[in-house]
Amino acid sequence: MQESAENMAQTERMAKGTVQGTIKAKHQRLVLLVIALVVLIGAALLAAWALRNQASYFYVPAEIQAHPPESGRAVRLGGMVAKGSLKTEADGVTIAFAVEDGKARVPVRFKGIVPSLFVEGSGVVAEGHMGAGGVFEADNLLAKHDENYVPREMKDMTREQAEKVMRETTR
Amino acid sequence: MHGFANPARFLRIARWLMPLCMGAGFVVAFGALGWGLFFGPAERLQGETVRIVYLHVPAAWLGMAGWMGIAAASFMELVWRHPLAGIAARACAVPGAVFTAVCLITGSLWGRPAWGTWWVWDGRLTSMLVLLFLYFGWMALSQASEASDGGRNRAPAIFGLVGAVNIPIIHYSVIWWNSQHQAPSITVGKSAMAGAFLWPLLLAMLGFTLLFAGCVLARMRAILANQQAEARLRRKALGAAY
Repeated sequence: MQESAENMAQTERMAKGTVQGTIKAKHQRLVLLVIALVVLIGAALLAAWALRNQASYFYVPAEIQAHPPESGRAVRLGGMVAKGSLKTEADGVTIAFAVEDGKARVPVRFKGIVPSLFVEGSGVVAEGHMGAGGVFEADNLLAKHDENYVPREMKDMTREQAEKVMRETTR
Repeated sequence: MHGFANPARFLRIARWLMPLCMGAGFVVAFGALGWGLFFGPAERLQGETVRIVYLHVPAAWLGMAGWMGIAAASFMELVWRHPLAGIAARACAVPGAVFTAVCLITGSLWGRPAWGTWWVWDGRLTSMLVLLFLYFGWMALSQASEASDGGRNRAPAIFGLVGAVNIPIIHYSVIWWNSQHQAPSITVGKSAMAGAFLWPLLLAMLGFTLLFAGCVLARMRAILANQQAEARLRRKALGAAY
């Protein structure tokens, strides 16, 4: 009887020690984990920063003009289709237009069917290579949608008018 | 928070919260989809295909939210050994993976008419595909570790935290890098989306989030019930042996 009571007291003391131990261990785990996470996020940010040029899907006209790729090398050119630059050539299937990014302009030629979102003043990604005379020869055109969503009823307004309506409706 | 550490108390709350989330989510999500699909306007350039957004954006949000749930639960698992954390993480995985897949599929269906291609390897699309593979890997690891170390969930918890690095990469991919995918239309306090698209979209996001919460609660209940049944069987087997 005596023995079992002693045993119980000892078990209790041990339990208390374990509780304090787990609180300390908890803190240790928390600190370790927070440090690990900070290091991990730092590493990810550094990696993303190092990738900032390589991970881009296309070059903008300013980059193409500053560092022209050797002719024949496949690159992608992205930007806005310059207003008033889109022309269909005499054969009826070749189109010529200019891609601009606000700093530079690159003339582009393309023969084929264009996606339905391809319009002047809208974004485009052209896959192809630099040809003779600084004209970009595109093999494929991808339209790029921007972040603006405007109902069809507003389509006859100019971009500025539509943006004004949107500002008024969406705050 | 540790008040909910007691599975019995959690089950008492989940019993009424789960059907509430499911019911409200079902009504709100399908109401928003009906609004957007049948009564909303077509878009100026995209035309009718804009309606995919009411499924695509909520799916993208929940695919990412699912992994954020796994990461938060993994943190609680590793630091506080919270008894429900591992179960919550496991409950988030399947719905998160399903919504990620829905996001990729609807995005591809939209990309063909809008961009002129089903798929491109730009930063946003690639990082979202990586998220889907992370879900597959996590589910496999979680199942394997459950079988081997008696559900201690150490390895999947570490994987869950490390994998969370992909979430900010998905979000900032269109800001850091030139990409085929457009920049976010909705940011805090500002929207480049007209109200006619924005309101049904926000409602759809709320509805699908409630459905997601309902799924997670239902799965947590199922996992707990499974564990109880297994423990009972084990006790019976031991009782029979003595």
